[in-house]
This record gives sequence, C-alpha cells and structure tokens, in this order.
Amino acid sequence: MKRRSFIRQVGGTSAYLGLGAAALDSCAFADRKKLTILHTNDVHSHIDPFPAGHALYPHMGGVARRAALIQQLRQENPNTLLLDAGDIFQGTPYFNFYGGELEFRLMSKMRYDAATIGNHDFDNGLDGLLAQMPYAGFQFLSANYDFSNTLMEGRVKPYHIYLMDGIKVGVFGLGIQLEGLVSKELYKETKYLDPVEIARDVSHHLKATEQCDLVLCLSHLGYSYTEREDRPSDLTLAAATEHIDLIIGGHTHTFLDRPTVRRNRMGEQVLINQVGCYGLNLGRIDFYFDNQKNIASSGLTIRV
Amino acid sequence: MRLKIQHIVIFITIIALLSCRDSPSILTEIHGSQVHITDSLPVSDSLEAFIKPYREHVNEELDRALSYAPHTIAKTDGTLNSSAGNLMADIVMAEASPVFRSREGKAIDFTLLNYGGIRSVISPGPVSARTAYEVMPFENTIVVAELDGKTVRELVAFLLNADRPHPISGLQIVINPDRSLQQVNIQGVPFDENRTYYVATSNYLAEGGDAMGFFKNSQKLIATDYSLRNAIIDYFKKKDTLQPKVDDRFVIRPNS
Repeated sequence: MKRRSFIRQVGGTSAYLGLGAAALDSCAFADRKKLTILHTNDVHSHIDPFPAGHALYPHMGGVARRAALIQQLRQENPNTLLLDAGDIFQGTPYFNFYGGELEFRLMSKMRYDAATIGNHDFDNGLDGLLAQMPYAGFQFLSANYDFSNTLMEGRVKPYHIYLMDGIKVGVFGLGIQLEGLVSKELYKETKYLDPVEIARDVSHHLKATEQCDLVLCLSHLGYSYTEREDRPSDLTLAAATEHIDLIIGGHTHTFLDRPTVRRNRMGEQVLINQVGCYGLNLGRIDFYFDNQKNIASSGLTIRV
Repeated sequence: MRLKIQHIVIFITIIALLSCRDSPSILTEIHGSQVHITDSLPVSDSLEAFIKPYREHVNEELDRALSYAPHTIAKTDGTLNSSAGNLMADIVMAEASPVFRSREGKAIDFTLLNYGGIRSVISPGPVSARTAYEVMPFENTIVVAELDGKTVRELVAFLLNADRPHPISGLQIVINPDRSLQQVNIQGVPFDENRTYYVATSNYLAEGGDAMGFFKNSQKLIATDYSLRNAIIDYFKKKDTLQPKVDDRFVIRPNS
C-alpha cells in the first residue's frame, strides 16, 4: 500500500514536471515570432502566364502558379498576410469581358487579406467597381479616398487591424490623385485627400492608440518622381512620416532588386517595396519579433 | 516533502505560462525578398480548373470571325496614306459620327489618329475581335475636339511635315511635287479658316500625345466614352470584307 502510494506520488510529480517542462518549452518556442507579408501590385488582369513568344516576359507570371506558391508559403508560415497595392483591373481581355469578376474571385481563392484602390480600378466607373464587390472576399483599404456621397460609400475602410499570433498589424491604404489621371465621369464625387497628412494621422492612430506592433501602408502613389518632387510618392511619404514600418507600393510598375530602406522623419528605418507588375513577382517581407529579455544586441537588423 | 515538490513544479509552470503571456513583441529583424513567378513553379490545379471556362469563353469570343480581309492591311503600304490608317480613320468616322450627332446634334468634320497607334498589321483571312485587340491594345476612347480654323491650319502643317502617314478621314490634303500645299478639303468642301471644325481623335492625342500639341488649343473637348477598340469591333461586325486601299486623301498632284 505504501509502495503503491509512493509510485503514484512519483508518477504524479513527474507528470507535473512534464507539464512544467512543456510549458517552458512552448514558451521558449514563442520567444521568436515570425510574420510574413506577401504582396503584389499592378497585376492588371494578368491571369494567364505570358506566352512563350513574348518579347519581355516569356513564360512568366500566371495566377495558378502564384496561388500554388502562396499556398506553399502559407504552409511554411501560417502567420501570413497577403496584400495587393492596386490596379487589379485593366490590361487583358479578361477585364473587358468580365469587368474584374474573375480577378476578384481568384484573389479571394488565394485568400488575399486586403487591397488598396489603384487608378485603373476606376476604369469601369464607381458602378463598375461596386458591381464586382460581391466577388471580393478581401478588404479594400484607402485612407485618403473619401467615398461618402458615392456608390462606394461604406465599402472601403481606411485601415484594418490584423491580429496574427498575438502580433497586432495595422494596414492602411493610400491612393493617387485622380484628377488629370482618371476621367471625372468614372470617379465622380470621390474625394482625394492629401496622402502625407492622412498617413501621419492614421499611422499615429495605429501605433499610439491602437498599439499596433507593426504598421503597413498599401500605397498606389508610385515609387518616386524624380522630375516632379512635389508629387507625393512612396519615397517622399517614407521621409515625411513616422510610425510606418513598411510601404508596399504600386502604380509606377517599378521593379526593385530588393526593398529600399529609407529613414523616416524620426531617423528610423522604413522599408519600401514594389514588385513591378502583371503578377511577374511576389514580394515577401518577413518580420521577426522577440522578447525584450532575449534581445542580445539592441536595434533592428534588416536583411534585403 | 511531496507537497513541496508539487508546489515548486506548479509555481514554475505558472511563472512560465505568465511569461508566455508576455508575448514577443519587439521587432528585431526584417528579411526582404521576392519570388519570380516562372514556369519552374508548380501550378494550382484547382485554380487552373476554375480559370479554364473563363479562358475558353474569352478565346471563343475573341477568335470568332467577324469579317474577312482578302489582302494584308498595313500602315506601311503608302507614304502619305496607308490602307490600315485609312481603315482606322474611316472606322472612327463611321462609328463615332452617329454617337456624336445624337449627343451633340452636330456632325464630325474629320478624323485624325496617329500612325504609332496602329499596333499590328491585319493579315489576310478571318478578322476577329482578337484582331481589334492586336491593332488597338490600349484603352483609348474617341473624343471630339472643337478646333478653330487657325488650329486646323496648324494640324495640316503638322501632317505636311510628318515623316509618317497619320490616319485621316474626311480631310483631303493635296500637295505639289515640291511638297507645298495646293488644296485642303474638308467633307469635300474647301477648308474655311473662318469657321470651327469638329475633329474626332483619341483621348491620348487630344491630351497632346505623339507631339500633336495643336490639340491643346481645342476650344472644347467632347468625350464620347466610346472605346476606340469597341468602335473597331462594331465596324468589323457590320462589314463582310475589309478592303481599304491607299487612296487620294493625302496626295501629291502636279499643279495643272
């Protein structure tokens, strides 16, 4: 009897020990968290790969390949956000035939989380965009397009906060000036607000009030305009703001070999990335988070 | 003793769990990269299957024969005007005129497009919507510019000095062998510098594209919201055969 009780007692203790060890283990594992951001821009209705005889991009692109890649990357890291920086529409007969329905359906199947609105996304007017909204299983984000008093009212949010494995990620969108670029007939009463001013407000709100760990900007402003420096671009936005960690850009169809690293107005590092156009590339940014106690060297390491 | 060990274990567990609740939240590292979408990547079969009926429908519609071209239609078969240029300008005249008349109650006097805007030759054989996409891959629309006589004179001078035959319709320019201007007719009537003319063109040119700066002097630009490509497709649907020719709309004629 005594012996039995002793065994039970030891067994019980080791079970507790096991539990304790498991807890310590899972905690050690959680000391580092990884968040993956995948992104596209200016896909312009390119659903099929370019043909073999294409002068610039033979055999490149194609949604079915991108989908398989995204699926594989999501298996590697379930903490993944998939984003698009606008100009989903216009560029192949698929758009002329289906008005963007197929583009939205495929993005939903690939489980895009959010997209911002590019100038070409107005190409079938506000009613043309609205007509495709039922096929979009993802969020549209734009902080500087004011759609009140338009058909699109209530369909677009300025920002969205994603909670990924305990990491709070705030994503907001910015669009380009429509006047002179898009026919007024198409965008109607949509108001364009100053992107830098809006970005300052929204990013401050996301970092300070919402306590986001990461703030991302989905921008269709364009990478940079060397001849027109007064025109807002991703590079001028990065320099003029704070609180933004990553700007995912579009519009200028800029192919970057690697993400650009710039300093914001507080002297902190900001990443700016854009992956060309037509679904030829998938951008990937991995963010690693650690516990304060485990950080050996202070500061942020950026490898691009 | 027994209790003591259990308590220590529970205590450690609770501490461990508590420290876990304090989740890692300091951004320490960022890695940036990109993946090229090439044919070495696998294909998602389910997405491919989803796209297939859309692709088949698009291809079927694009490749359905709408008209027929007995001969090659090219922009390079003439020096002052070409078969392809004449076809495109005549299409804009034919298709945009009723739209403009019903909207504005006015007639288009002539059409001017650009040589560079014709992006493909039309090969002999069936002509389809795909042909229209090849010839006109851009999303340009037809606009009508109201030009005063002085600006039309500038437009004619531009054509006279151009080294490529820009498509025109409704406008006739006759030049002497020394390339000086002999005659300008609009809708078969001699050009009158004292009146205004309605000139159909593309939104690209109306905005000053391809060095056609004179469109900046338009008194008014009237949008038709009619896509150039749709006009081409609509025209193809109406015509059994396409037989445009190099003609006398822009010619050198010895002064008699």
